[in-house]
Amino acid sequence: MSKRIVYREWLIQPERYWGLLAILATVIAIGGASALYMEHEGHWVTGMTNSVVWGLPHVFAVFLIVAASGALNVASIGTVFNKPAYKPLGRLSGLLAAGLLVGGLLVLVLDLGRPDRLLVAMTTYNFNSIFAWNIFLYTGFLAITIGYLWTMAERKGNFLQRPVGIFAFLWRLALTTGTGSIFGFLVGRSAYDTAVLAPMFVVMSFAYGVAIYMLVLLTSFAWDGRPIGPKILRRLKNLLGLFVAGILYFTLIYHLTNLYGAKSTDFESFLLLQGGIYTLMFWGGWVLVGGLLPLGIIYHPRLSTDRNWIATACALVIAGGLAAMYVIIIGSQAFPLEMFPGKSVLAFGAPGDIGGAVAPYMPTLAELLLGIGGVAVAMLIVSVGIRVLQFLPESLSDRDMDGLVEPV
Amino acid sequence: MSREEEQRVDTQRRRFLGVATAGTVAGTAVGSGALTLGGLAAAVATDAASAPRTEPVSKIHRWGMFVDASKCADGCTACVDACDQENGLNLQSEPHGSNEAKWQNQRSVWIRKVKLQDRASGHVTNLPLMCQHCEHPPCVDVCPTGASFKRADGIVMVDRHTCIGCRYCMMACPYKARSFIHEQVDQKLTRAPRGKGCVESCNLCAHRLDEGDISTACAQACADENHHAIVFGDLKDPTSPVRQAMAKQASRQIREDLQLNTGVRYAGL
Repeated sequence: MSKRIVYREWLIQPERYWGLLAILATVIAIGGASALYMEHEGHWVTGMTNSVVWGLPHVFAVFLIVAASGALNVASIGTVFNKPAYKPLGRLSGLLAAGLLVGGLLVLVLDLGRPDRLLVAMTTYNFNSIFAWNIFLYTGFLAITIGYLWTMAERKGNFLQRPVGIFAFLWRLALTTGTGSIFGFLVGRSAYDTAVLAPMFVVMSFAYGVAIYMLVLLTSFAWDGRPIGPKILRRLKNLLGLFVAGILYFTLIYHLTNLYGAKSTDFESFLLLQGGIYTLMFWGGWVLVGGLLPLGIIYHPRLSTDRNWIATACALVIAGGLAAMYVIIIGSQAFPLEMFPGKSVLAFGAPGDIGGAVAPYMPTLAELLLGIGGVAVAMLIVSVGIRVLQFLPESLSDRDMDGLVEPV
Repeated sequence: MSREEEQRVDTQRRRFLGVATAGTVAGTAVGSGALTLGGLAAAVATDAASAPRTEPVSKIHRWGMFVDASKCADGCTACVDACDQENGLNLQSEPHGSNEAKWQNQRSVWIRKVKLQDRASGHVTNLPLMCQHCEHPPCVDVCPTGASFKRADGIVMVDRHTCIGCRYCMMACPYKARSFIHEQVDQKLTRAPRGKGCVESCNLCAHRLDEGDISTACAQACADENHHAIVFGDLKDPTSPVRQAMAKQASRQIREDLQLNTGVRYAGL
């Protein structure tokens, strides 16, 4: 017989809880004010130009959206792949996924030139556009996740858990494929014109989602004094390690594909060798901080058993993920559009107008604050959710969990 | 207060909330209905005022250009200046506190003078670069709201009423032909409305065509300078000057590999 899982609201002291909410609300308010400032003045107050049209807000937004679909994986492993040890983790997984998605979408929408026309975006569609499909993929994901949470929390809905879980899993795969394809189908740009971006985004979402999930789990459990057993932690960190290795694999394939085709060698030499900040972000952020260092921690015999080190590995994966998004989104725009093969561009419009040369981009504070505001929105949703509803299991200690001991 | 009383109060409050909500919803609906009616009336009025232009554009024409780069003079910016005048681009003002170099990359530009040097031979080429008015425009494919569209006569342009400023079209355009309005717009021309937060690009002087004037500001300015590097006309009409010019000289498309079938063709490139 399976062990009973008891879920309880987050029972940290009120001062601590309200203090946390106050901090998050302040960060959100500052993010909102930044968005208002950008909207009121126009985008000239950002680092964005006609060359680098998507800036730091997109880095945060895409990261959060990609991580959202990955955060739901923990629930999928429990219900879709029938791993009983992951069952108690499912509710938080759904809540975190919904929170991250809302945070990411808010940043995306507030960075529009005309956010006041959101209603136009929701009523006027061009179904040839991957962006338009994504509007449905995102809102659908939110609805399905809420339904999925209901089947997990309501006994009357329990029998639907598996079918809804499978549907949610397929939907999230479509969502990340769609997000990757936003970039993958841009034929005009050297960095993007490749289908490998879509599966790479799927693997990235697995890693970033699980890393954020583990950090939230470790923090919320530690604040509340709830136990997490070493066995479940080991499983989660091994899962993270697998996904991080997956990212490195796809990164390798992506660059090998580009290097093989002669037309992309200029872009590769820019990104891998001469791209300045982008080269640094790629090797230092994407590969080292987001890949090799966390892998070193996760598979280190001693460090991998220490939960502080595991939390550090998760934080590194997140930092590396933001760097990867920076390289993918901004680096690829900074690299000049190749319009005239075999020719050097001596002048491109008025002096200062960029063409044929690497476009400068320096994010401004307003962009950064808007992005961080989105992260705070996600955290606020999770904090309030676990406080008022029964999302967190009372214990994840080894003896309270199913499926951790192999049957004799 | 007794328990029953408490419940009664509660139901009354609920009813009040219900009525209030219904009232608000109905009010909003009536309000937006009135707005829609107002909008319709306004639309009808504008339509009536612009009667000569109510005939829809047709597929009979496909407007395009032929550029002979060998005739494009080094240092001449007549086409760029003319476009700036024609479409009110010269009315843009650098926001106070902006950085000059960044502003040059943020202000709207519809046509650019590009100077190239062949890496092998050192040969220098000048050419004007603008929206290439593709038959299969990537900007139109990616636009989520359909604001970026292609007219029946081949002109690719932006509907400024439905553009949400997502800038995906700018990501998709292989020619860097589009500009985002980064700043507050104080002055603009009626024929080229412009607003903060929307994207725009060359529309082959559609306002001229719609008045029956088959010309563009850039082509005219180039001819006035006696360079005749830009020829504008109907690509579907074998007798049009643009087709005549193309018949005489080999021309190619920029980024031919993408097979977008551009409406702007270049010779001497």
